[in-house]
Amino acid sequence: MKEDHLTLYGETFSSRFLLGTALYESPQQMCDAVAAARCEIITLGLRRQNPAAGDGERFWQLIQQTGCRLLPNTAGCKSVKEAVNLAQMSRELFSTEWIKLEVIGDDYNLQPDPFALVEASRELIGQGFKVLPYCTDDLILCQRLREAGCEVLMPWGAPIGTGRGLLNRYALKTLRERFDCPVIIDAGIGAPSQACEAMEMGFDAVLLNTAVAKAQNPVLMAASFANALVAGRQAYRAGLMQARQTASPSTPTIGQPFWHQNK
Amino acid sequence: MSKRTIEVFLNAEPVQLPHNTNLSSALALWIDEQRIGEQFAAAVNGEFIPRSAYDDCLLGSGDMVDVVTPVGGG
Repeated sequence: MKEDHLTLYGETFSSRFLLGTALYESPQQMCDAVAAARCEIITLGLRRQNPAAGDGERFWQLIQQTGCRLLPNTAGCKSVKEAVNLAQMSRELFSTEWIKLEVIGDDYNLQPDPFALVEASRELIGQGFKVLPYCTDDLILCQRLREAGCEVLMPWGAPIGTGRGLLNRYALKTLRERFDCPVIIDAGIGAPSQACEAMEMGFDAVLLNTAVAKAQNPVLMAASFANALVAGRQAYRAGLMQARQTASPSTPTIGQPFWHQNK
Repeated sequence: MSKRTIEVFLNAEPVQLPHNTNLSSALALWIDEQRIGEQFAAAVNGEFIPRSAYDDCLLGSGDMVDVVTPVGGG
C-alpha cells in the first residue's frame, strides 16, 4: 500500500492529529501531551501581554522546542477587522502564513459567523495567508470558503469544548462526499472513539484540545487519541463492510455437526 | 524630549508617555519597565503595526496600544 500522508497547503505530514496547547495544568504537561500525541501541528493563540503571569516566555520556549509546525488561531475574534489584524500579528510573530481562522458569531455556542468568515478568508488569502477556516458543517458555507481560496476546510464536530462528538453525521458525510480537499474535524471531539469515527468516515485529520487537556491524565489521553486516529484511518483505507439488516453467519453452515439430529 | 506628557492605553491600562513618543520608543520603555516581554506583536487603535513601521508610528493622547504575546490556544 502506498504511503499515506496528510498534505496541507503543499506540506506533508505523517500525523493526522492536530493538538491545541491551551488548558493544561502547566507548560510542561502541554509539551508531554504533544509528544505523546505524536502530532506535527499544534495550535496556539495571541493575547494581551501580562508579564505578571510569569510563564509567557517559558511557554514560548517550550513551544519552539516541540519542533511542531505552528498553526496560530484568531480565537475570540468577532469581526473581520479583528480577525484580519490578529492574523497579521500572528504572521509577524510566528513567521508563518498559516492561520486557523476563527470569527465567532455567537457567545453561547461559539458558532462561527459564516458571512464574516468568508469575507475574512477572502481578505487574508488576498494578503498571502494560507487560511484554515474553523467553520460549521454547512455545505454552502464550505463551497464559499473554497471559492474564496481556502485549500483546507475545518468544520466543527460539535461546539468548542462540548465533547459531544460528531453531532450532524449527515452534514459531515455530505461534506466528505462533496469536497476532495483536506477536511479536518475541528472542535467538539470528546473521546478517542469519536475521533476514530471521524477518520473512518474519511476525514483527513482531527483537531482538538479540551478532550486531552481536561482528561484526568492528559498525556495518556493524547496517546489514546493518537492510536484512535491511526486505527480510524487504517479502517477507512481498508474499507468498512456495509451494514446489513439481517444476520449472516460468519462460520460456515455446511458441515455443521449435529444438524437436525434431534428430529 | 519635551516634559509634556500624553496618556495612552497599553492593553487597556492608562500609561503616561512623553509627548512626541513613537511606538518604537514606547515599546522599548515598556520592555525596560518590564510591562511587556521580548516576544510580541503590536497594534494601535485596532490596526496591526508591523515592526518596520514602529519608528514612523507617532503616538497621540488616547491611543490604544495592544501588545500581544503567544499563549496556549485550541
